Amino acid sequence: MASAPAVLRSEWTKIRTVSSTVWTLASALVVTVAMGAALSALVRETFDEMPAVERATFDATVVSFSGMLLGQLAMVVFGVLVVGTEYSTGMIRTSLAAVPQRAAFLFSKIAVAGVLALLVGLATAFLSFFLGQALLGEHRTDLGEENVLRAVVGGGLYMGLMAVFSMGVAAMLRSTVLSLGILVPFFFLVSQILSAVPKAKEVAEYFPDQAGSTIMQVVPGALGSDPAPYSPWGGMGIMLLWVAAALAGGYLVLKRRDA
Amino acid sequence: MIEAVGLTKRYGAKTAVYNLSFQVRPGTVTGFLGPNGSGKSTTMRMILGLDRPTSGHVTIGGHPYRQLPNAPRQVGALLDAKAVHGGRSARSHLLSLAQLAGIPARRVDEVLGVVGLQDVARKRSSGFSLGMGQRLGIAAALLGDPQVLLFDEPVNGLDPEGILWVRNLMKALAAEGRTVFVSSHLMSEMALTAEHLIVIGRGQLMADMSVKDFISANSADFARVRTPQTEPAQREKLMGVLAEAGGQVMSEPDGALRVAGLPLPRISDLAHDADVRLWELSPHQASLEEAYMRLTQGAVDYRSTTDQRAGLMQQPDPMGYAPAQQVVVPEVPQQGWYAPPPPGQNPYAGAPQPGAQPQPPQQQQRPYQAPPAAAPPAPAAPPAPAAAPADLSKSEDAR
Repeated sequence: MASAPAVLRSEWTKIRTVSSTVWTLASALVVTVAMGAALSALVRETFDEMPAVERATFDATVVSFSGMLLGQLAMVVFGVLVVGTEYSTGMIRTSLAAVPQRAAFLFSKIAVAGVLALLVGLATAFLSFFLGQALLGEHRTDLGEENVLRAVVGGGLYMGLMAVFSMGVAAMLRSTVLSLGILVPFFFLVSQILSAVPKAKEVAEYFPDQAGSTIMQVVPGALGSDPAPYSPWGGMGIMLLWVAAALAGGYLVLKRRDA
Repeated sequence: MIEAVGLTKRYGAKTAVYNLSFQVRPGTVTGFLGPNGSGKSTTMRMILGLDRPTSGHVTIGGHPYRQLPNAPRQVGALLDAKAVHGGRSARSHLLSLAQLAGIPARRVDEVLGVVGLQDVARKRSSGFSLGMGQRLGIAAALLGDPQVLLFDEPVNGLDPEGILWVRNLMKALAAEGRTVFVSSHLMSEMALTAEHLIVIGRGQLMADMSVKDFISANSADFARVRTPQTEPAQREKLMGVLAEAGGQVMSEPDGALRVAGLPLPRISDLAHDADVRLWELSPHQASLEEAYMRLTQGAVDYRSTTDQRAGLMQQPDPMGYAPAQQVVVPEVPQQGWYAPPPPGQNPYAGAPQPGAQPQPPQQQQRPYQAPPAAAPPAPAAPPAPAAAPADLSKSEDAR
């Protein structure tokens, strides 16, 4: 049996030797930071024109994280590609012939890619935060304020978990195209739209992205949104359950099905 | 040593492999033959633990593949030349595989040299030709210096130099006492590479024997006999004598005769007794290709048919190119030339060919065996020679 460090090292070699890793993770960072900065600058200019409710619940941290809506999609693409390309290229047969223990193969891959995504996610969150706050001027907050550090670290955690969730889904669907075709519209459109519809909202609140992103709110019910029925860490827990379910599903598919 | 016992794989209603039992022994190259879709690759995948058998089991050195300690050091496999992430360089690909088994990076450069890819080692493999992909796959198989090697169609896409290299590589690996299991549908290649053959058709074992035994068990040897061209009467006379003695005699277009079922000395004696002079009396052994065709003809899943070009050739071509029905390419050209097909199996019965020349089946098999029966309907009498050129152009020394 191939030892765990050996499989981890091999997976690290696989990840760092394809260019898609660099460009998906780089775009996750750049898009999130740039969009967050742009919106922060915009909010600073238009703060006085905002409705009173939004001014009352103004959350400088959330504003600086505005870019995550788009940036998370790059994370989803990264996660899907890490697992999906094994199938689309046929590499999976070479990989599994070399690592017959499928749990070792899948979880090593996800561990390596997940840690990498988490590190990039944390870097993204801190960069977005500092740049956003600098641009918010007088409306800014800082890490020393209550719950702000939790929100920023949570933002990084959120981005990393989005990638891991996508890896689990790709392992279940065994296809890059199918996984992207489902996940990207879901997170970019379905989840966003449903969260704005009164009745559907109660369900949408339990979607992985909606639940997980509450950890980034320093002010409950930030910017005039309804407060979630769970705590910030509770929301993160819900997201973790989704991730665990996706990974378990992916593992079962890999274990049961022929490669 | 690879051992399969009662290996069966079903995909829904389709049975890809059925009750396959065989052993692949160390020290020889074992060829794994079968037509397209006969279950070769499925069997290979089951050996490697990629596909789970529906029933039965297969072990390598006594262990199921998934329980092998450090599998890459014991078993090397080339399954699919293009099973590589195209964005990764050849060297990175091999390095990731080497790291799994604790193989030093030095070994990666070594095998790249062995397969001749050192100059493109840092290029993305998506730009590789099929032949280069095969070399990369072979490099991956050799990486762990394993005792058991599996190659699925290793010579596909290789140039002649590459084919020769693979052939010698297989033999060298086997000579070192390793177990070498090579699948192919190229019989001619197997005849030169393998010593032992496992033949499957429609997922079932059809033969498990040495190449030599395989040929003699599945084909009839024949003798080529030539009489003086200036005296056609002698030829007719000899044909009658040989047929009477129990030989199967067929005519070749250049006037020579193919005689099956009679040993050479007996043919000579018969000719002598009949006072017929011989210009040639030579032994011929059917090639592995022919033996294989005969064995698997009933088990071919995908059979080509003549392209009718319906709708494309409505009018005769004014330029005078041959109309479609004149282009006759028999599917199993060798069939019937040197030996009758297996009992109850006519190669043309299963797949009627509207465009092919109409040929009554019995004429395919023994064109000269029953000349009196065929003679009375005068126009139909000499159809066999007419059929001969089409057949011969393919069969004659195609090996």
